[in-house]
Amino acid sequence: MAIFITKDSKVIVQGMTGAEGTKHTKRMLASGTNIVGGVNPRKAGEKVDFDGTVLPVFGSVAEAMEATGADVTVIFVPPAFAKAAVIEAIDAGIGLAVVITEGIPVHDTAAFWAHAVATGNKTRIIGPNCPGLISPGQSNAGIIPANISGAGKIGLVSKSGTLTYQMMYELRDFGFSTAIGIGGDPIIGTTHIDALAAFEADPDTAAIVMIGEIGGDAEERAAAYVKENVTKPVVGYVAGFTAPEGKTMGHAGAIVSGSAGTAQAKKEALEAAGVKVGKTPSETAALMREIMQSIG
Amino acid sequence: MDLYEYQAKDLFAAHDVPVLPGDVATTPAEAKAIAERFGQTVVVKAQVKTGGRGKAGGVKLAETPDETEVKAEAILGLDIKGHIVHRVLVTPASDIAEEYYFSFLLDRANRTFLAMASVEGGMDIEEVAATKPEALAKVPVDAITGVDRAKADEIVAAAKFPAEVADQVADVIVKLWETFVSEDATLVEVNPLVRDPEGKIVALDGKVTLDENASFRHPAHEALVDKQAEDPLEAKAKAKGLNYVKLDGQVGIIGNGAGLVMSTLDVVAYAGEKHKGVKPANFLDIGGGASAEVMANGLDIILHDPDVRSVFVNVFGGITACDAVANGIVAALGILGDEAKKPLVVRLDGNNVEEGRRILAEANHPLVTVVDTMDNAADKAAELAAAGV
Repeated sequence: MAIFITKDSKVIVQGMTGAEGTKHTKRMLASGTNIVGGVNPRKAGEKVDFDGTVLPVFGSVAEAMEATGADVTVIFVPPAFAKAAVIEAIDAGIGLAVVITEGIPVHDTAAFWAHAVATGNKTRIIGPNCPGLISPGQSNAGIIPANISGAGKIGLVSKSGTLTYQMMYELRDFGFSTAIGIGGDPIIGTTHIDALAAFEADPDTAAIVMIGEIGGDAEERAAAYVKENVTKPVVGYVAGFTAPEGKTMGHAGAIVSGSAGTAQAKKEALEAAGVKVGKTPSETAALMREIMQSIG
Repeated sequence: MDLYEYQAKDLFAAHDVPVLPGDVATTPAEAKAIAERFGQTVVVKAQVKTGGRGKAGGVKLAETPDETEVKAEAILGLDIKGHIVHRVLVTPASDIAEEYYFSFLLDRANRTFLAMASVEGGMDIEEVAATKPEALAKVPVDAITGVDRAKADEIVAAAKFPAEVADQVADVIVKLWETFVSEDATLVEVNPLVRDPEGKIVALDGKVTLDENASFRHPAHEALVDKQAEDPLEAKAKAKGLNYVKLDGQVGIIGNGAGLVMSTLDVVAYAGEKHKGVKPANFLDIGGGASAEVMANGLDIILHDPDVRSVFVNVFGGITACDAVANGIVAALGILGDEAKKPLVVRLDGNNVEEGRRILAEANHPLVTVVDTMDNAADKAAELAAAGV
């Protein structure tokens, strides 16, 4: 069944006609995603040919939904316009908005999140600054390469894109129900906890890998959630043990502030909740391998 | 980007937050001249982007211009937690009746903003939060509705500010919110916010962090960057659009994706435990599209770091194919020529990995060793760095 996206998902792309949007629309189509159109007010009414698949461009998310029944939007618009694009998606009432864009000012993210809350949380937001999510063999909303791993029973949630790819690669012989990159910004829509809850409820997910990194306390809160609410086995990994205090490590949210947000504190919280934590990605994969073999 | 106190106060003043006058000096003579202009007792304050200045001897009172010169002499050049003092702020000394605390910050957990206020200011707020949490009011602020006068009154009431200053403090809070929003700050902190003996409220010290993701709409913020204090390699990397952080080890690191690079640093540090304790020398994320040019720029930075003894290139081919990365490495070494002298350990995995490894094998560059897993490659890179120590 997978979480958040399935073979029935109808996907539109905001920013489909831009360079990144075009490149990744092609890749998503090639991996079997049901993309039904794009949004660009300046090119409304045009058609775009992606290696033989001709997609319509709509003037707004609402028009695209009306015409196609789309329930997922993937957003590639540049940082300066991302806030308006997400708010448009929320106002159209789409079920899932995946915000790939990196470099959105945090005041803008806070504003569109507040807007989503104020209008009743009808739209699930994933990201920003994330690779999106893939339910292998069913749908791929974002930039995760579809050829790393096929379908299986592991659920994966990660702040980092490349660590998602690395972990999918290490465990490709088992496969994934859904792998989701939630993004490395200080404020993100869908959290580790949201993904854990969905994986727990998903009958096709048998075990969960959770990848975190320095900054904030999302991993600590996820650990508390696992302890109380998750019955499926969870394996964890945390990146950034060697990161110095006060330096942003690539992701805008990856920063140790004073004594807060350290990898050590996150690892300890996860272990206290009964989550096995790997020291390296390969050790983490080995821990999951053992679990999957014992499940059979 | 964190600002210096004097920069924070300049921003405050621009948004009508009451601050004391003051000027920045880079030499004792300049400090003396500023004190002469004020013609009264002054405070000489080290400008460093870290806390605990007072305890480290970085804040001193001076009654005369001559004394100001002596105190500035003592403070300039101080090392405060690894931050060298290049500037002092000279500001008139003020009598303080009461000290308070106020800040606006990002509340990551609740995905909104937070106002924090306390009538117990002047000390380390983390300590207040830990020992007397009831003395620190935390009021969530909605990103859309923000802080108007009514919201400011709510914050003032929550923190139990004395009635005689409530109006003034609420007014200052509204102006600090304007600063926070219009400058795209992620932190605006006033500690202490003081009441002077005449009953006037003043922001005596300030700390501001600006969101670098918002720099596209704040061209003026560029001027706040302290070029002098920037690490030269970090400055060079920034100019080339690379995401680089200098660390204090010996193994240069290049990878793609922030998470994978952080993980690579950790794996190298673990491997270093077996090899004379060598550590990662830097963080460098070349991002998704590792073209030959980006790879050359990255290698150029790292190979010019005198601390680097070996380099570990760790790439997982996701969107980028490994053959493109391999071609990038070969081309980069060609561009660098004789300037490249340090051994490179390369680990490639993912998209088109066989072709990538074949390209490196065929190039057969004497400096390059290809290792098949991240753990083994980290071990090899640490071993090579240890051999050079």
